[in-house]
Amino acid sequence: MKASSQSWIVAIALAVAIALPLVAPTYYVQFASKALLMGLLAVALNLVVGFGGMVSLCHAALFGLAGYSLAFLTPEGEGASIWLSLPAAVLVSSFAALVIGALSLRTKGIYFIMVTLAFGEMLFYLLHDTKIGGGSDGLYIYLKPEFGFGGAALDLERASTFYFVVLVCLVLGVALVSMLVRSPFGHALVAARDNERRARSLGFPVYRIRLTAFVISGALAGVAGYFSAAQFGFVAPQLLGWHLSATVLVMVVLGGMTSVLGPLAGALAIIGLEEVLKSNFEYWKLIYGLIVMAMVFVLPGGLQQLASMVLGAKPASEDDAVERDMTAPHDDAATDRLRPELLRSEAKAHV
Amino acid sequence: MTELLAIRSLSGFYGASQVLHDVSFSVRRGEQVALLGRNGMGKTTLMKSIIGLLGDRRGGITINKLDMINAKPEAIAQAGVAYVPEGRGVFGSLNVVENLVMAARAGADGRRDWTLDRVFEVFPRLHQRRGNGGHQLSGGEQQMLSIGRALMTNPDLILIDEATEGLAPLVAQEIWRTLGVIRDEGIATIVVDKDLRSLSKIVDRTVLLSKGQIVFEGAPSELLAQPLLLEKHLGV
Repeated sequence: MKASSQSWIVAIALAVAIALPLVAPTYYVQFASKALLMGLLAVALNLVVGFGGMVSLCHAALFGLAGYSLAFLTPEGEGASIWLSLPAAVLVSSFAALVIGALSLRTKGIYFIMVTLAFGEMLFYLLHDTKIGGGSDGLYIYLKPEFGFGGAALDLERASTFYFVVLVCLVLGVALVSMLVRSPFGHALVAARDNERRARSLGFPVYRIRLTAFVISGALAGVAGYFSAAQFGFVAPQLLGWHLSATVLVMVVLGGMTSVLGPLAGALAIIGLEEVLKSNFEYWKLIYGLIVMAMVFVLPGGLQQLASMVLGAKPASEDDAVERDMTAPHDDAATDRLRPELLRSEAKAHV
Repeated sequence: MTELLAIRSLSGFYGASQVLHDVSFSVRRGEQVALLGRNGMGKTTLMKSIIGLLGDRRGGITINKLDMINAKPEAIAQAGVAYVPEGRGVFGSLNVVENLVMAARAGADGRRDWTLDRVFEVFPRLHQRRGNGGHQLSGGEQQMLSIGRALMTNPDLILIDEATEGLAPLVAQEIWRTLGVIRDEGIATIVVDKDLRSLSKIVDRTVLLSKGQIVFEGAPSELLAQPLLLEKHLGV
C-alpha cells in the first residue's frame, strides 16, 4: 500500500476513533475499548510473530498476569494508583516474558511454540488450581485505578474517559512498535527471522535481539491486560489460557503480519465479527470458523492485502516481490544474460 | 604485513563425516587470497569454519591474535570478519538501504571508513535501486549489495564465496573491479571463484583445496605454471 494512502486511512480511522464516544451509546464505547485492547495485544504479539518469526502461544499469560497484578495491587475499598499499579503490572509481565523468552528462545520452530504453550499453561494452572488468585473463581477489582495528576484526576469509571485512555495507550503502543521495526533493531529482528545464520554472521546477537523483542512485546501485552482487567473489574485464569493466545494469533494472521497496523485491523474485525454473530446466530462459532477459513483462503495476506487491493496497490509480500523480480526486464541474473550488450560480450569471450 | 588470520591444523565435520583435514594457512593484513578447488572439496566449509557457522570444528583459528575456534559467528564478525555467502544472502524483505544500514558499525579498531555514501559511490547501481527490496534485485545487484553490506561493517577481512557465480560477464567484471577497490583499501580478502584468470589478476596468493586438504599454496603465477596440478584439481 502506498504510504500516502496508508496515512489517509490512519488519519480517518483516528478521527473516527476520537469521535466515537461523542456519538455512540456507552455500550459501544465499552465495546470499542475492549476491541482496542485486543488490538494492542495483537500489535504486541505481531512484533514477535510477524517481525520476529517467533510464534508465541503464551501471550495471553503475559496479558493475564498484568490483570492479576492489578487485582493484587488494588486495595480494598479504593482504586489502585495508576502511577504505581500500571508500571508494576507491566514489570510483572515483562519479567515473565524475560524468563519465558530466555528459556524458550533456546528452541526454534515447533519446539518454540510448544515451550511457550507449556509456560502459558503452567501459569494458567498455577492460578486455576491454587488459591493464589482465587482459584478458578478469579478475583474481582471493585474499583478502577485512580488516575490523578497535579490535583486533577481522570475518572476511569466513565466509559468515554476510559476509552480515551485506552486509545492513547494503543496509539503509543503502535508508535513504539512502528519506531522499533523501522530502526536498525527492527531490521536486525527481521533479518534474523529471514535467515538466522546470515544475521549472526553479520555480527548480530540474534538471541539477545529476539529476547529484547519478546520482552517489549510482553510489556505491551501487560498494558493491554492491565486495562482489560480494569475495564471488566474481574480476572480469571481463562485470561491466561491458550485459547486467548490462539485467538490473538488468528487476529494477527487475518490482519496481516507484514505491517504494524494489520493485526489491529484483524483484532477489530474479529471482535466485531464475534459480536455480530453472537447476537444473531445460535451456532455462531460454526459460522465464525467458516468465515475465518474463507478469509485465509481468499486473503492469505490478511486484511492488509484487502486494503491494498481496494486501493489498487499490490501488497508488498515476498511472493509479489519475486514475481516482480521475474517479470522486470532487468531484474535477475538470467535476464541480465539476455541483454544484447551482455550477449555480445559473452560471444566475444567465447570467440 | 602482520598476521590477521591464522588457521592451524583445522578439522571440520558435518556430523560423523570429516570435511576438512588438518588445514593450516594464514592471511596477512591487506592480503588477497584465492581459495580454489573443485566442487565439494571444502572451500565453503572452510569459510563457514572461519566465520563460525560450522558447528563442529577443531584445531586453531586466531583473528587479530584472538582465539576464535569456539567463538560464535556474531563474535567473529565483531572481531572484524565479514562474510559474503554463496547465493548472495541479501534480506529480501528489507530494501537496499535497510540491508546496508542494518550492518553499519565501526571496525574492530574503531574505523568508520565505509558509510552508506561510500558504498553508493562504489556501487552507483545500488544507489539507483536504493528503495527496492532485496528480492527485487538482479543477481549482480544482490552480489553488490552483499559485498556493500560486508563493507558497512568496516571489516579487516572479507570472505567472499563464489564471487561471480551465475553472473553475466559484464556484471562479473563489475564485481572484479570492486574486489580491486577492496584490495586498494587494504582490506584482506579470501575469495572463492571458478574464474582463475580473473582471480589471478587481483590476488597475492592462491590456496588449492582437494578433499579437505591443502594441496598447493603459493603465488598465482606459480599455480598457473603447473598445468598438471591445474588439470588434476581444477579441471582447467
